[in-house]
Amino acid sequence: MKFGILRFPGTCDEVDAQLACERVANAEILWHGDRDLKGVDAIVVPGGFSYGDYLRVGAIARFSPLMESVIDFAKQGGPVLGICNGFQILCEAGLLPGALLPNKTLRFVCRQVDLVVERSDTAFTNACETGDLLSIPAKHTTGCWYAPQALHEQVEANGQVLLRYAAGGNFNGSLADVAGVMNEAGNVFGLMPHPEHAVDPLTGSTDGLKLFASIRDSLAAHV
Amino acid sequence: MSDATVPAHRALGLTDAEYDLIIDKLGREPNAVELSMFSLMWSEHCAYKHSKKLLGQLPTEGPYLLMGPGENAGAVDVGDGLAIAFKVESHNHPSAVEPFQGAATGVGGILRDIFAVGARPIAVLDSLRFGEPDGQRSRYLLEHAVGGIGHYGNSIGVPTVGGEIYFEPAYEQNCLVNAMALGIAPHDRLTRAAATGPGNVLVLFGALTGRDGIGGASVLASAELGEDDADKRPTVQIGDPFAEKKLLECSLELLDSELLVSLQDLGAAGLTSSSSEMASKGGLGLDIHVDRVPLREPGMEPFEIMVSESQERMLCVVEPSKVDAVLAVCEKWETTATAIGEVTDSGHLRVLQGGEVVGDMPVPALVDDCPLYDLAPEKPSAPIYPTAPRALKASDDDLRATLPELLGSANIASRLPVFEQYDWLVQSRTVRRPEEADAAVLLLPDGAAIAVSIDGSGRRVAADPYRGTVEAVFECAANLACVGAEPLGLTNCLNFGNPEKPHVAWQLSESVRGMADACRALDTPVVGGNVSLYNESGGGPIYPTPVVGMVGRLPEAARAGRLGFAESGDAIAVVRAASPALPASELAKLRGEQLPDGLPERDQSALRAALELVRDAVRRGDLRSAHDVAEGGLAVALSEAALAGGLGAQIDLRKVGGSTCQDKPLDEQLFGEGPGTFVLSGQRELLEQLTAPEGVALSVAIVGEVGGDTVEIAHAGGTLSWSLAELAEPRSRGLADRLHDVQAA
Repeated sequence: MKFGILRFPGTCDEVDAQLACERVANAEILWHGDRDLKGVDAIVVPGGFSYGDYLRVGAIARFSPLMESVIDFAKQGGPVLGICNGFQILCEAGLLPGALLPNKTLRFVCRQVDLVVERSDTAFTNACETGDLLSIPAKHTTGCWYAPQALHEQVEANGQVLLRYAAGGNFNGSLADVAGVMNEAGNVFGLMPHPEHAVDPLTGSTDGLKLFASIRDSLAAHV
Repeated sequence: MSDATVPAHRALGLTDAEYDLIIDKLGREPNAVELSMFSLMWSEHCAYKHSKKLLGQLPTEGPYLLMGPGENAGAVDVGDGLAIAFKVESHNHPSAVEPFQGAATGVGGILRDIFAVGARPIAVLDSLRFGEPDGQRSRYLLEHAVGGIGHYGNSIGVPTVGGEIYFEPAYEQNCLVNAMALGIAPHDRLTRAAATGPGNVLVLFGALTGRDGIGGASVLASAELGEDDADKRPTVQIGDPFAEKKLLECSLELLDSELLVSLQDLGAAGLTSSSSEMASKGGLGLDIHVDRVPLREPGMEPFEIMVSESQERMLCVVEPSKVDAVLAVCEKWETTATAIGEVTDSGHLRVLQGGEVVGDMPVPALVDDCPLYDLAPEKPSAPIYPTAPRALKASDDDLRATLPELLGSANIASRLPVFEQYDWLVQSRTVRRPEEADAAVLLLPDGAAIAVSIDGSGRRVAADPYRGTVEAVFECAANLACVGAEPLGLTNCLNFGNPEKPHVAWQLSESVRGMADACRALDTPVVGGNVSLYNESGGGPIYPTPVVGMVGRLPEAARAGRLGFAESGDAIAVVRAASPALPASELAKLRGEQLPDGLPERDQSALRAALELVRDAVRRGDLRSAHDVAEGGLAVALSEAALAGGLGAQIDLRKVGGSTCQDKPLDEQLFGEGPGTFVLSGQRELLEQLTAPEGVALSVAIVGEVGGDTVEIAHAGGTLSWSLAELAEPRSRGLADRLHDVQAA
């Protein structure tokens, strides 16, 4: 099983994501100017500042040649994980509901946060138990998830919220403490915290590994 | 004084004697292009004309040294075929004018120094000094400097893993923003800046060249273009971390593909200094065609192109057959690249426009022939710095109220409100985060780690330039010892006032002497650094502030020390190589006491033995925590260890440090400062085995136990006790409240 990790100009966390994926499977970095997904089984859109966050976070990367292929891949049911800037790009691309707004403090914040697992019967959380607390770092300036009321109600009703900030941990002002949200079809998931930075006991917790392992295991189950 | 009456060379900062020497070297009067280039190359910033003679004292040889002073950054061997390149640099003046961009471009500049030597930047640290945070301006500078550092470092994907911030009235008019960066490279990718091979091509790549940062040379423009135009020229550069991120990846890909002969970044004095230094190191000449340089705005004069300080640009030397391949890599990274000149064997730097020579100077005249000056140091007969009024609310005999107030003071309170604005974890190497240990620890591929710390107490150096600087070097080494690291090399940034004044000259020469002695005592070479002089606009000089950045190595990342207590029931030990003293301490400052004339003499061999004892114990895995005693003394260090671990501690002061401490007043025992004291915790049987080497004045004593939710200090007259909560609150709010004030304002 192989993960493909996107690299845009300004992407910062792609090597971290590659190292995290390689702990559970194979991984390869894909260049934004190519359209070829090189036969990967799952896509990770990593964090960073694609195109310098110019215009609006994620707004330019969404139009890259590689993203066109990723959108096709997602529409065919391929699993796609967006982390931080990747989450922002997937929202811009219309693959995930809602939008990311500036943090309520208007500042960049880098902090270890606890996340509550809302569902464990998905391609992204099957290695967790519902109600588990995951300790994963978050770091961003634009991470306040927002959706209009009708859309938010629909997202909640469909069970698309997979991760929420634990009580008191919602530092960015996200609606209903949403930290990570899935598409309706269940094959695209984005979150603001960085699971790729929580895979090694030496550098912190290992809770992030569960998300990558879940993707691998869900694919294995389908084969 | 109107510009018309001042000769151009004086307006550009050259003395009449220096101007005569330039005429002598050229055999004629320089034209405007040449004069602007000489004025920059012979400036203090580029020529170190008031400090170079002193810097010769610093030891620059060591067993781990791979690349010493003179290159864009120094480098040390960390084993496994890998090198760590590192350097610290100041960006003080731009940050005082525009703190956000000044600090941001400071980070951008030091990162370019690192990848110019072929190393991938892996960490940034910052050393910041401001006036007292009660002032609106100081808080504005702090807020925006921190914002600028975060903006640049976070966006480019390099973690900010540590740093320090101090507030003193002496920095009110001159804030200090020093940035340090580290990079990693295989030994064989380390790249030098020397231009070689006549006929090779000079390629400029990165951002377009504009009229930013033209600085002093704009005096020439004002003579030619009128003052109104000159006033519009911004002298502070604007940073673009996205452009630098592409430049970084592009540079490393060019080096990995073995397409470059040499590489150099463009910093102060732009093309002028980068090209002439490349030519000088190669002993060759260069022709630069200014009309080929891609410009951001039309109509720039040749001298403007040569001195522009536009950010995010690099210069490289390429064999003619590889130019197309170089341009292709640059295109892949959407980075503009242009062949702008050639390496020649003329020994001259020639500037050409449309094929016509508009400047022609011997390279050695530009780079090597600036006169070096002797200083005229003289110890001042009266105190230089005014004494600040008392800020402490607690009375001198109320030591119970003193500790929480110290913990909430601007120089001691938790730095987390600042560190949280930095990405300290990208690149997946950060084994010890800010405030988790005394030094940042970064994982190496073979399971070893490097540790890094930056330090420099201006107040203590002001009290005693020699001993204060010795302390700063030992303080950095002590931080490394607490995580188990042995120092490999050191970089420094010497921030001082006007060296032409005898008392500043005295501070500078005593400080450099202290640094040289301390480096020798620790067998740690200086791999490079930076000097920032003339920091004294407004009311006199800054505190003399030698900032020391030290890099060390520990064999096992998994055993890196932490500062917080970890287990109830663990014993607490204090290692002490010197008695603490109150003069020049934080408490003395807050009590409104005058700076002393001199600090106590310390036994450097005992200081070294203390940090070796701690380092070895950490490496054996015998300790569960190790913390160096610094600002605020033993009581503050004990509180920090307790709060970091969320566990209380009970100690008996009468067991600390043998007889030398017991006859001191209680406040001095609790809050006195000085190098060479450590607070350790671990299993009692393991701590009991810690012993000082024979014949060294070093005490090791078990003084108490970890546990509960209070910090208790028994002394000859009773017991002082605080709940963890009443210590945690001021410590976490001290700096946060001051930052939030600005936000609300």
